[in-house]
Amino acid sequence: MSDLVIRDLRVNVADKEILKGLTLTVEQGKVHALMGPNGSGKSTLAYTLMGHPNYEVTGGEVIFKDQNILELEPDQRSHLGVFLAFQYPVAIPGVSVANFLRSAVNAHRKAADPEYKGIPIPEFRTLLKEKMDKLKMDHSFAGRYLNDGFSGGEKKRAEILQMATLMPNMAILDETDSGLDIDALRNVAEGVEALRGPDFGALIITHYQRILNYVKPDVIHIMLDGRIAETGGPDLALKLEEHGYDWIREKHGEAAAA
Amino acid sequence: MTDSPKRVVKRSTSAGQSTSRDFAFTAEMIPNGVAEAAFLHEYRQNAWEHFQKLDVPQTSEEAWRRTDLRGLKAGSFSLPAGKAAAQLPQPPERLLKPLVGEGHGGQIVMGPGETQVTLSEAIAKQGVVFTDIATAAKQHPELLQKALGRAVKPDEGKFAAMAAALAARGVLLYVPKGVQVQEPLHSVLWGPGTDLAYLSHLLVWVEDGASVTYVHEAASPAENGQTMHSGIVELYVGNGAELRFVELQSWGEHVWNFSHERAVLQKDARLDWIFGALGSKLTKNFSEMNLEGEGGSARMSGFYFTDGEQHLDHDTQQNHMAAHTTSDLLFKGALEEQSRSVWQGMIYVAPGAQQTDGYQANRNLVLSQTARADSIPGLEILADDVRCTHGATVGKISDEELFYLLSRGIAREEARRLIVEGFFDPIMQRIPFEGVRDRFQQAIVDKLK
Repeated sequence: MSDLVIRDLRVNVADKEILKGLTLTVEQGKVHALMGPNGSGKSTLAYTLMGHPNYEVTGGEVIFKDQNILELEPDQRSHLGVFLAFQYPVAIPGVSVANFLRSAVNAHRKAADPEYKGIPIPEFRTLLKEKMDKLKMDHSFAGRYLNDGFSGGEKKRAEILQMATLMPNMAILDETDSGLDIDALRNVAEGVEALRGPDFGALIITHYQRILNYVKPDVIHIMLDGRIAETGGPDLALKLEEHGYDWIREKHGEAAAA
Repeated sequence: MTDSPKRVVKRSTSAGQSTSRDFAFTAEMIPNGVAEAAFLHEYRQNAWEHFQKLDVPQTSEEAWRRTDLRGLKAGSFSLPAGKAAAQLPQPPERLLKPLVGEGHGGQIVMGPGETQVTLSEAIAKQGVVFTDIATAAKQHPELLQKALGRAVKPDEGKFAAMAAALAARGVLLYVPKGVQVQEPLHSVLWGPGTDLAYLSHLLVWVEDGASVTYVHEAASPAENGQTMHSGIVELYVGNGAELRFVELQSWGEHVWNFSHERAVLQKDARLDWIFGALGSKLTKNFSEMNLEGEGGSARMSGFYFTDGEQHLDHDTQQNHMAAHTTSDLLFKGALEEQSRSVWQGMIYVAPGAQQTDGYQANRNLVLSQTARADSIPGLEILADDVRCTHGATVGKISDEELFYLLSRGIAREEARRLIVEGFFDPIMQRIPFEGVRDRFQQAIVDKLK
């Protein structure tokens, strides 16, 4: 399988440079955590990896499965096995969770096999129920309009349900833990743990060390001003918890602080 | 400023109009009367006089401000008749299939030639009349007389007068007191050919305590040139009676379509009106619900989807004339390419019509830069203890919605289709007929192609 290799990535948002030559490798089979203060560019990285049209790539490359995914449309990136759990999932009124997910499953299978005729509805129902049971979600969830009127916790669980159903090889979770109570957080963590294995890599973007008590990361990166400032083992998160970001800012000098 | 159906006769504007602006119809074209129905002859003569006096509407009139008829080649239309008309294509099988339920209790097919009528024996035995206007005039003149002009007056406009005076195609549906018609009744108006004016008149009379489902579809093939339709729909729902009326407009995109439609509800009557508009080059439609009796309840669910250069203008009115009445109108439309829609709605509550509950909403989804939707809600409330709400929105698919679906591997066209279907879902939820929902769903796929 394949690592996600980001090299010297530069990204502008509304003509302002946010990512300033970011280099990072997320290994297949491992869980990486990306931490950093507000405004350091974490969400910009997440959206850029998925191909949001408002994020203008001005340099660098992102290699996954031997392709520079920056050249692919968002749906093609998804077919390749990249998944983004959104920080702010979008409501699609009138489209049920089940209908939406069935379309997504069919799109993935058709991408792999153009002759594929679509998953039979009973088979899909069984699949979806199984995934919902694993995440301890009520079955009525499937009939609700996607993210429409969902609570914050429900939205995040819906993201994890989508991830569990599509089974990506590389998941980026953009602050999926923010605003969750302990039960929901545990749910989300279990969702990630369930996928953990040699064919799955994850980049968990978070502000807080809290989620890392439930999903043990293999590697931790700290981002500062559009670049990776520190990379280390799980103890790095604890150090951040204790000392904040100031020591990193100091270590990287006035340039970053200015 | 109450809404009066009477129109002031405008001074003639003969100067500067080409001859094709005037219709070439003559009094000889008024359908032949029958001895049994002298009232029908009188009705048509009276309508003809109005037709001659009334001008083709112009954009200087408020109701027509957004719908311009200058492209209509009025002088080119003749009424379909004779051998030439009979040789025009027959309606396709799919139009004759039931849209509601497994089958129908009766079907009337009106085309350029002869009208075909079938009605199941069981329903006929219940005393139900479901037949064409000419047969009704001979066999049930007293019922026809009761229904004719009860809801729509011939002087309401040029096109109402035209249909009233000249319509040879029409339906009378009469359901006697207390009769519950189980199987739906179905009629089709099929209008092939060009330079033809199809004129129709539908009359529905549901007596006290009776109940029926009636489906009507107007359709034509696509043609080059112009065809026109003008129609009147009159619905009467008696005390405690129930009418489910499903109306589909599937005219080819060359048809200029005009209609005046009104439902009249008596005490505790119920109306569920489903209105789907997919076709025509241009439509100007007036649809009204008059809640005349206390406790009446009317619901109207409208669906439209335009593309190309279609122009659909729907004028709806919910008139609460009595206390404790309820009306609920939801019109949803999507627009592709250079098409345009206009919706003007009005809830009117008469003095003394207390404790009424009126709701109207129009939601539009504009799918291209060049399409345009105008949405104009209105309230006129002359009672003080009422609840009336309205809403009008014109929106488009946001980049965020699209990106979210794309990020899950769904292709752009499929993502758009999902969003459009989702937009229409609240209307689909209001349609208890799978066949009608399927037809709309198919239309969404076709229009987004």
